[in-house]
Parts: sequence; C-alpha cells; structure tokens
Amino acid sequence: MSLTGLEAAAGEVAADAPVVEGRSQWQLTWRRLRQDKVAMASLVVIVVIIALAIGAPLFVAITHHPPNVAYPNQGETAAGNPVPPGTAGFWLGTDGTGRDLFIRILYGARISLFVGFVTTAIGTLAGVAVGLIAGYFGGIVDAVLGRFTDAVLAFPYVVLALALAVVLGPSLPVIIGVIAFFSWAAIARIVRGQTLSIKEKEYIEAARSLGAGPFRIMFIDILPNLLAPVLVLATLYIPTAVVFEATLSYLGLGIQPPTASWGDILADAQNFYQVAWWYVVFPAAALLITTLAFNLLGDGIRDAMDPRTERVLAGRRGRGQRRRRPPADTLAMRAEED
Amino acid sequence: MALIGFLIRRILSGIVVVWLVSTGAFFLFFARPVDTVARQLAGRAATPQVISEVIRNLGLNEPIMVQYWHFLEHLVQGNLGFSYFTGESVDTMLKQDLPPTLSLVAGGVILWLVAGLTVGIISATKARSLFDRFSNVAVLIGLSMPVFVIGELLILVVFVPLNQHGVHWIQTGYSGPSQGLSTWAGHMILPWLTLAAVQAAVYTRLSRGQLLDTLGEDYIRTARAKGLSERRVIFRHAVRAALTPVVSQLGVDVGQLLGGVIVVESVFGLGGIGEVSVQAIDTDNLPVIIGFVIIAAVFVVVANIIVDLVYALLDPRVRIA
Repeated sequence: MSLTGLEAAAGEVAADAPVVEGRSQWQLTWRRLRQDKVAMASLVVIVVIIALAIGAPLFVAITHHPPNVAYPNQGETAAGNPVPPGTAGFWLGTDGTGRDLFIRILYGARISLFVGFVTTAIGTLAGVAVGLIAGYFGGIVDAVLGRFTDAVLAFPYVVLALALAVVLGPSLPVIIGVIAFFSWAAIARIVRGQTLSIKEKEYIEAARSLGAGPFRIMFIDILPNLLAPVLVLATLYIPTAVVFEATLSYLGLGIQPPTASWGDILADAQNFYQVAWWYVVFPAAALLITTLAFNLLGDGIRDAMDPRTERVLAGRRGRGQRRRRPPADTLAMRAEED
Repeated sequence: MALIGFLIRRILSGIVVVWLVSTGAFFLFFARPVDTVARQLAGRAATPQVISEVIRNLGLNEPIMVQYWHFLEHLVQGNLGFSYFTGESVDTMLKQDLPPTLSLVAGGVILWLVAGLTVGIISATKARSLFDRFSNVAVLIGLSMPVFVIGELLILVVFVPLNQHGVHWIQTGYSGPSQGLSTWAGHMILPWLTLAAVQAAVYTRLSRGQLLDTLGEDYIRTARAKGLSERRVIFRHAVRAALTPVVSQLGVDVGQLLGGVIVVESVFGLGGIGEVSVQAIDTDNLPVIIGFVIIAAVFVVVANIIVDLVYALLDPRVRIA
C-alpha cells in the first residue's frame, strides 16, 4: 500500500474515531435492541395495536357498527346466540347482545392501553420521587416513607382495589387511581436502593462541594443514572396494569357496561362458550397478545441494557452452537469464560 | 443477641405497618354515609326511626374518632368485631374461611416451586438451547395470561369435557381434607394448577435469571478452574447463591396469597378468605372487610420477617445489624 493510501486510511480512522467515542449508553442500547428480532417484532405489534385503538372510529365508519349498538336481527341467530365471524359484515362475529365483537375489542383496546400507560406514568413518577427522597435524605424521612411503602405493599391490593371501586363508585378515574396507587411502591423500593449506592459516589460529593442543593443533586445528578432500570420497570409494569384493569372489569368492578373493556367482554363471554368460541377466543387473544408484546419488549430492553447477561449468554452459546460473532470478540470472551 | 434485637425491631416496625393498614382501612370504609348499611339491615320497608335505631345499635352514630378508639381497643384485644348481618364474630369466620385458602396456597406452592425451579435451572445451564427458548416462551405466556383466563380455560377444556364423559373426580367448590384426601385433591387440582401456572412462570424466570448472573461470577470460574465437575459447580456453588432471592420472593408471595387468592377462589367457587372478602365488599359488611384486610396485612408482615431471617441464614454476607 502506498504512503498516501495509508494516510488516507489513517484519516478515515481519525474521522471515524469521534463517532465511535460519542456513543452514549442509550445509543448502545438501541443498537443492541435493534438486533433483537423478538423485541423489534413486539415493538411493531405494540405500534399496530396502538394504531388500531386510535383508529377505532375509522373502522366504525367502514363497518357502520358503532361499539354500543346491538343488531338483534343480523347480529343474532334465531336462538338469540352470537353469529360467527364473517357473518353479515361482522368481521369477528357478534357478542351476546348482537354487537360487533371486532369493534368492541378495538374500543376495549383504547381503555386497556389508556389505563396501562396513564397508571404506569403516574406510578413511575410517584415511585421515583418517593424512592429518591427516601434514599437521599435517609434517617427519619426514609423511616417514615419506608413504613408507608411497606404498608402499601402489605395491603391485600385486590381486596382494597375492589373495595375502593365499590366505595367511590366504579369509573375510569377511580380505576386509574386505584391501579396507580398500588404501582408506585415497588418502584420506590428499587429506586431507593439504587439511590443509596449512587449518593455515596465521588461525583455526588463533588457536586455538593460545588454548592449544589439536595434537589439539584437528586434530580440532575442521581436521576439520570436511574433511568435505565426505571424504564425497564415501567415497560414491564404496563402489562401488569392492563391485566389489573381486565381483572377488575372481569369481577364487575372496573369499567362499567356498555363501555367496552376486555375484562368485561370476557366475563360476558363465559355464558356463551359452548355456542360461540369466537366470543371467548378473540378478546382473550387480544389481551394475551398485548401483554405478551409489552413483556417481550421489556425483556429485550433489559437484555440490551445489561451487557453482563449478554456476555454470559454469548459465552455459553460459544460452547454448544455455531457463533455469529467476529472471531476477535469471541476469543476475548472465551478467555474470560474458560 | 444481635438476632433478638433485630427481631424486636422488625416486630415493632411490623406492628406499625399493621396499624397503618388498619387505620387506612378504617377511615376508608367508615368515613362514609352509614345509611346504606342500616337500610340494608333494616329491610326495604323500614321507617326512618327503625333505621336510626339500627345505626345506634351498631354504634355508627358516635363521632368517628370515638368509633376509631373503640375499634383500636377491640383490635388490641384480638377482637376483630362482628358481621353486621349474621352477628358472627369475624374471628370465627376467619377460622372457617382460612382452610380453602390454606389448601390452595400449600398445594400451589409445592407445584410451582418444583416446576419453576426445575425449568429455571435447566434453562440457565442450557441457556439459548431449544429447551430454554421454549421455556422462555411458556414463561412469558404464563406472565401475560390473566389468572381468570387460565382458570376459565381449565374449566372449559378439562372440567366440562371430563364431567360430560362421566369422570367426576375433578370438581369445583371446596371439600376439606377430612372428607377424604382424594375428594379434596379432586376439588383442588384445577385451582392448584391455575395458581401454579402463573407463579411457576415468575419462579422460572427468577431462578433462571439469578442462576445466569451467578454463573457469570468470578468464583464460578474459579470453581471450574479447580477442575470441579460441572454438576458440582452448578449445584453446590451456583444454585445455593442463586436461590436467596427466590426464597425472599417466596416469602412475600405466600404472605400475599394467604390474604386471599381472590380470582382463583372466585373462578372455582372455593370460598376462602378472598372470595368471602369480595362478598363482604358487595354487602358493605364493614367489620368483615376490615378484619380480613388486617389479617392479610399480618400475613405479609410476618412473611417479611421470616424472609429476612432465612436470608441471613442462607447468605453469610447478609449481616443482621
């Protein structure tokens, strides 16, 4: 190779170098996540479900079947049972009172996703705030907040959720409040633990010596280091909240009819399982696909953020199966593993 | 000595937690109009005089703080109050409703621990194998399935067809072990499977994750370098360390579940603490709701204390101080 060629190559390397250095943890995570086919597929499924939920009125315009309108003539058999999928323009058949099941599942998705996202957001914000304050200040503040967190975790939460729904009257805000009330405590505990270890680091000491106040340290210096575990917890909490809402509605104490909700549809479907399989199968599948997609995505994000599990897995993979990584990489890992 | 001090401190803070929970429950339920309860008790055609009589008899006309004081007095004496409707003491009701819940949790724990730990350990030692991939999918489905869907599915695909074909061993409802062990198991098998299906998923994931983390530790490499057999490395060195978080999860879960497994109990009509609580909620039977909430909180608190103790025994790095 000629000298100029080498120089050019060196120049290229030099030009590349800052780009390589500039990768933040988030960029690395995103790169790893993008290679995770299952996680990306889940992301696509989630986006599709959100699009379907938002676009529900569009499907009403196409099918001319509003969610709460019953069609006793076309939508029910002579015996008054639901009609099967594909009959008389009902794509997924009808429910027990002759309403369009497909449209009702779409509107149920709106409730489920809305409850899932809103409660997770509220619970995460509250949990992070409580955990940060308890962990940072310690002492009496920690003791009081800690006992309060314990009390919430010790509540038999389904009983309490049901009781609250009865006392306050089941409605969407009440259900969101109840689910959010039980979602912050677990997050607060983990954030507190992380805060305890981070606040002892030297750079926090440095910030303090520069005159930073407690809230600046908590929210500017500590919080960014907690975002990764909190993001994973939040992603994994969404399906929990979705199931929570479905369970409340299934027990009759969630979203009240005629508003469509997956739990409520499934509770009604019990009476028809012998004559209308679709009435049970489709809403159950919608619920399962949604929660599964969020769980898979949360898992993917966690794996992508934690290089340690990846290293162990890659090392193990190297033993049994053909590996796809570049040789230098595997050699290094081999050396580390064996 | 450190142990006794630790126990005393944990028990004191446990009492604070139970007090917080009971106070929360009391004000939540009592600080609301009392007419509804009285009207239900007095019957539909009751005159206003009868209703106010009922309210007086229940002591609901007193100021809320006085009621709260009475409530605390009774609580300290171990008296959880009396059902509004049957006059039965809540303590007695508790003794009646505990066996189904206890049966459910006891059988469920064995099933889910055996299934969860076996699959979790095999998956971790054969990570990314076909078995691991399948078990991961099964775990995620288990985690994503609402309990009531699993219960309903079991009823549809197991209970109904079997009974239609003349096999009547599997039943719904509850029958105590004193009625015959086989009958008891026949009534409990579907609830056990439902509970275990959900929990086994949690435990598989937890034990797999913990074991994978542990297998990445330096001391495991050291153990392998010493030439120990893989079997010995995994069972003597890795599994023991990996199991401590599983133990703590188990304590918390058992504590929570003993407070009532509402959905499973309701789907299979077992009775039990959960189902009775829901009935009490439906009928505004305040003393029963509060009593059951307090008992459930006690279970959780006690379970947490036991977990901390076991933790210290299992993991020498945890010091009780």
